[in-house]
Amino acid sequence: MAGTNEEGLVRASSYTSPMLVMRDIVKTFPGVVANDHVSLEVQAGEIYALLGENGAGKTTLMNILYGLYRPDSGEIYVKGKRIHIRSPRDAIAHGIGMVHQHFKLVRPHTVAENVALGLAGTPFWQPARVVERGLKELSERYGLPVDPRARVWQLSAGEQQRVEILKALYRGAEILILDEPTSVLTPQETAELFKVLLHMKQEGHAVIFITHKLSEVMEVADRVTVMRRGKVVGTLPTAETDKGSLARMMVGREVVFRLSKGECHPGEEALVVEDLHALSDRGIPALRGVSFTVRRGEILGIAGVAGNGQRELVEVITGLRKAQRGRIIVLGKDLTNRSARRIADAGVAHIPEERLRMGIVPGMSIEDNLILKKHHRPPFSRGPFLQLRKVHAFAKRVIEEYDIMTPSPRTPAKLLSGGNIQRLILARELSGQPGLVVAAHPTYGLDVGATEQIRQLLIKQRDSGVGVLLVSEDLEEIMALSDRIAVMFRGEIMGIVSASEAKIEEIGLMMAGERRQQEQPS
Amino acid sequence: MRRVGPFILERRRAPSRAVVIGVSVLAVLAALLVMAIIFAGYGVNPWHAYATIGKSTLGSRYGLMEILRRTIPLLLCGVGLVIAFRAQFWNIGAEGQLLAGAVAATGVALYSGIPGPWLLPAMFGAGFLAGAVWGIIPAFLKVKLRVNDVITTLMMNYIMIYIVDWLIHGPWKGPTMRGFAYTDIFPKAAWLPTLPLSRVHWPTLVIGVAAAILAALILSRTRLGYEIRVVGESEGAARYAGINFLRVSLAVMILSGGLAGLAGVGEVAGIHHRLLSPTQVSMGYGYTAIIVAWLARGSPLVAIVTSLLFGLIFAAGDVIKTVLRMPFQVTGVFNGLILFFLIGVEPLMYWRVRLLPKGERWTGRAGSSGS
Repeated sequence: MAGTNEEGLVRASSYTSPMLVMRDIVKTFPGVVANDHVSLEVQAGEIYALLGENGAGKTTLMNILYGLYRPDSGEIYVKGKRIHIRSPRDAIAHGIGMVHQHFKLVRPHTVAENVALGLAGTPFWQPARVVERGLKELSERYGLPVDPRARVWQLSAGEQQRVEILKALYRGAEILILDEPTSVLTPQETAELFKVLLHMKQEGHAVIFITHKLSEVMEVADRVTVMRRGKVVGTLPTAETDKGSLARMMVGREVVFRLSKGECHPGEEALVVEDLHALSDRGIPALRGVSFTVRRGEILGIAGVAGNGQRELVEVITGLRKAQRGRIIVLGKDLTNRSARRIADAGVAHIPEERLRMGIVPGMSIEDNLILKKHHRPPFSRGPFLQLRKVHAFAKRVIEEYDIMTPSPRTPAKLLSGGNIQRLILARELSGQPGLVVAAHPTYGLDVGATEQIRQLLIKQRDSGVGVLLVSEDLEEIMALSDRIAVMFRGEIMGIVSASEAKIEEIGLMMAGERRQQEQPS
Repeated sequence: MRRVGPFILERRRAPSRAVVIGVSVLAVLAALLVMAIIFAGYGVNPWHAYATIGKSTLGSRYGLMEILRRTIPLLLCGVGLVIAFRAQFWNIGAEGQLLAGAVAATGVALYSGIPGPWLLPAMFGAGFLAGAVWGIIPAFLKVKLRVNDVITTLMMNYIMIYIVDWLIHGPWKGPTMRGFAYTDIFPKAAWLPTLPLSRVHWPTLVIGVAAAILAALILSRTRLGYEIRVVGESEGAARYAGINFLRVSLAVMILSGGLAGLAGVGEVAGIHHRLLSPTQVSMGYGYTAIIVAWLARGSPLVAIVTSLLFGLIFAAGDVIKTVLRMPFQVTGVFNGLILFFLIGVEPLMYWRVRLLPKGERWTGRAGSSGS
């Protein structure tokens, strides 16, 4: 591309020029090629899916389109005209809007204020006033009901997403990018979203929708581009393909949808939670009378949309948050409101949701990280002193046993890849022969290889008689691993079903707050 | 990766030791360069200034001894601050903790009646304790009430400065001092021995070096040191691992404040032999030690080297004042410049700057313009 880089028109040939063309996009980060000569074309009035695993480069590509990253090379054309996007402001000016996976809203502000934020041409005083009128119109036209005066923090995830979509539409987005839009939605909310997307398609918008869920692609997209390791594997109309071949393209090999898992032999109670109440960080009740039991040799999956008390539940059980009421009995001992160290010492392993912020000390060596939580006990310390030789020997052993890819045990943990960081955490947590494993989102963001390995490890724990509490937003994972499934909604358990009888519709209803009819005490 | 003009910037995640040392030296050199401009502005030829400073500090026995004397309090405070900073406890209060040690030592020397050979050990003990007490108050406030440690430790300095002022103007004012604001001279048993023909109170220097070695061992080989490192590197992980923040913070501040307290003992027992105005007892060692610790980048042993560097700068300040006839405060300017450049070059450690290959250099615009 050196030499001629003057702006130019794409010659319209036999077909009408597509809404968007990205050609030969290359983007490298230190050590990775996130996008390797990626090209795609999206037509107006089309829902276009970008499918791939975590780390395949989908989000990078879309962040380039939205001006958050600059490509190393490559060209972008909108409606046939070559454009240069230096920032989201440029992207918006060219009619490109993006709804991020994690919403970018100011929570204390109203919906209208959020839409008005950064909008050109609004008056100095009360900019939200002007916006309110336009918002009403838009939300009726696209079937996106939202109260413009509601404050964002009062809205559910689905409603917040609508605000994000409205924000983009208000700015005149003709190309709308949605990054993993269904990850925070209930199945019912997802259906609503898809209706909106179809509406937008009829209005002539181009919708690009990033996902790793095959069923969603088949359900709503017209065409799909599959990415793997920064490259485009192929682009197909969804009508001419099926889940199985898409999965093969995505992963690069045959995928088994069912994990091999032996029969469940539940033993004595590993964890009993009785009428648990706790507050969230903001002082609002997050757990409202949660009760359940996990037996040894069983995996209990906790399903639910993010933010319904799962995080607080895990924290209370592991001693990181105080319970206001209720009891937690672990392996026969009442450990309610005991310290995190006491609970860990009693044989509770915790695979935390926030791997980098909690699960490891990024700046310390792998060795040091492997003894976190055990450093104060023999064999790793005697009196006030650490037994460095024993630490070293232990590290060497488990690095091999758990397949942690690292140049040396002394390497800082932050230099490991996501999968290896999770292996490190599992190595540490599972090597102490726990009686109960609390795993929060254990495979989130990992590639297929690491995901499979980690799921197998959890099943192995269960088979060796450990009780496993699995919290995940990934329903597929919950269905694949659990022996029983509990669904949480607004701090309560809506019902507990055995995994073999569970129907996804029923779980979806419970995730949306419908209580299960025949309550089965457990 | 980013292109800026003809350069490529690449982010690196863990700077190597060579990079850290190289960049730190670069910062000191940059400060020397700016300092040269200041010399020139004063009408002093920078070459002449640096030559004179070099000759009168590194070039003479007296000069070398003066460097050592200045190094002692900087080393003790600096090692303490390294420990605190490793736990992300931002102790800006070494100055006050040093003065607390000086006050306690003075009290023991003048009023305890402890007999001869026990007097100096008692003074060191009391000085450590007083510095530690002055240090754990902010630790309690931080962990229990979430009060910002920078503010409390800084403010505690002023409280101690006024306590010292009050003592020497009031209750401890020496009857034999003819109205000057000093305490009486300590009994001879409370004087620290010095190296011949110098003001180097060597026992404190030995304590300082021992403290550096001990601190290094604590950090790398003990449970406490491990917990300090975890707390400092990641609060989330420390909470997750069930590490007791109060215990770690208290331990850190007992060590940090206590070591600064020892420095205060050394100053009054080794040099002044009485308690006097806070600016004369300390001359800002507690603040300069922040830079000493920062430059040492978490290593107590490196603090030996960096405190020598700043000992040299202090000694140079004396030369600047007496030989070059510029105000002593110029050392403050110098310290400030070094700190400024050190913090300023920090991002350099995380970015590798490369020149683009010649061929690509001037067509580079396309790549950086997002096309």
